[in-house]
Amino acid sequence: MSNLRYTKDHEYIRLEPDGAVVGITDFAQSQLGDVVFVELPVVGAVLAEGAEAAVVESVKAASGVNAPASGEVIGVNSALEEKPALVNEEPNGSGWFFKLKLSDPSELDALMDEEAYEAFVKTIA
Amino acid sequence: MSVQSAVLPLARTPLYDLHCELGARLVPFAGYEMPVQYPPGVIAEHLHTRAGAGLFDVSHMGQALFEGAHALRAFERLAPGDIATLHSGQMRYTQLLDANGQILDDLMVTRLADEGGRQRLFLVVNAASKEADFAHISAALPGFALTPLPQLALLALQGPQAAEVLENIVPVVSRLAFMRSAEFEFDGFRLRISRSGYTGEDGFEISLPAAKAEAFARTLLFDPRVLPVGLGARDSLRLEAGLCLCGHDIDATTDPVEAGLLWSISKRRRVEGGFPGFARVAEAIARGPARRRVGFILDGKAPAREGAEIETPDGRAIGRLTSGGYAPSLGRPIAMGYVAAQEAIVGAAVNLIVRGKPAPARIAATPFTPHAYVRRA
Repeated sequence: MSNLRYTKDHEYIRLEPDGAVVGITDFAQSQLGDVVFVELPVVGAVLAEGAEAAVVESVKAASGVNAPASGEVIGVNSALEEKPALVNEEPNGSGWFFKLKLSDPSELDALMDEEAYEAFVKTIA
Repeated sequence: MSVQSAVLPLARTPLYDLHCELGARLVPFAGYEMPVQYPPGVIAEHLHTRAGAGLFDVSHMGQALFEGAHALRAFERLAPGDIATLHSGQMRYTQLLDANGQILDDLMVTRLADEGGRQRLFLVVNAASKEADFAHISAALPGFALTPLPQLALLALQGPQAAEVLENIVPVVSRLAFMRSAEFEFDGFRLRISRSGYTGEDGFEISLPAAKAEAFARTLLFDPRVLPVGLGARDSLRLEAGLCLCGHDIDATTDPVEAGLLWSISKRRRVEGGFPGFARVAEAIARGPARRRVGFILDGKAPAREGAEIETPDGRAIGRLTSGGYAPSLGRPIAMGYVAAQEAIVGAAVNLIVRGKPAPARIAATPFTPHAYVRRA
């Protein structure tokens, strides 16, 4: 079983030994176009599942990024402040947004796995 | 999205298949399925237009012929522009005004050669309001013929290399001066080309039969200096150029004086009047408008969007943004909006309220990037 889960709003959450990394999917970045600014949450903030955690601004519009699961923000990708285009270039890698210490890892069971997400994207693309 | 546009099927321009082939991302816009961007993306398309040549499909816009014995004078009853003095092949920017002198739409008006004693004007209006505009003109001026031209496509080629590119395909076109229009030939059919556009760059707008549009666009795109450019960059280019987007920066709640469009009303028209809302517009000219459209350059990196409140540093609300976004040529966010006239001071510090937080900005002169129009070819 993979350590990656996806939301219907095109966030991914990836379980790593020191926390859960959250970002937006390659499909999401391709839909947004050039990212010019990212507003990140504050380290220490406690987020409920589904709460708006970050804002991603493309040339045209602002979009919210929600917490895929509840938890405390234990890190943010401050590289995005200088280079927001990392979200376009490597959404699954250096373009990550923030890291959560999950309060209830079982919440991830309700999210899509990679196969389900790919099928979901096909229904809307 | 309005209920109507969700129900009605979207129209397609004659270049729809080409957009798909070029990998465009299509979005609904003014009832059309339009390319918002191509694979290079909005920033690359924007910067390419400022450095080379960008090809835009603007076939969704409304083209029409307005004709009659004294059509020029008659059209002045609807718009404050100096139409009566146009020579054949000359074009002007003006606005259709309502009875309060507020803006129904903005448009380009070109005088064509007279035909059989009739004066003729070629109109290009915004896509979203073309049906309403045409109905308004027909109803207001019943003695004249208003003929929409849906059989024509409209392309724009914009940028510092546009003239060299187009000259290769349509010889002598680069002799056109800014805001002049003429007929040319390509592959046995006639094109109407004007030296105009809405990016702040030198460039051309090409009206041609829909059936020929794809072949003509492909010929342009064969030149490596030309890239296709979508609506996303069209918007960021016009914002940097300080140009109004109808429905956002100007609409039926704004008049040409507060919008900073007084340059488009000649001295003769300011004196003679004879356009809708003249009394109100004349008063705004005499006393100065209550508010003015101004530009903003933000200090930070977070863009402020249309609708954001404008406050003085001590927290007094003085207006709202009507456009705002990232300016690729400046590498930072810019915006336009209206502020109380006494606050419209270039260089003044303001706060733009973005998601409840103040984003510091300064009032700036527009255009943000200098216009590069070719006044005399």
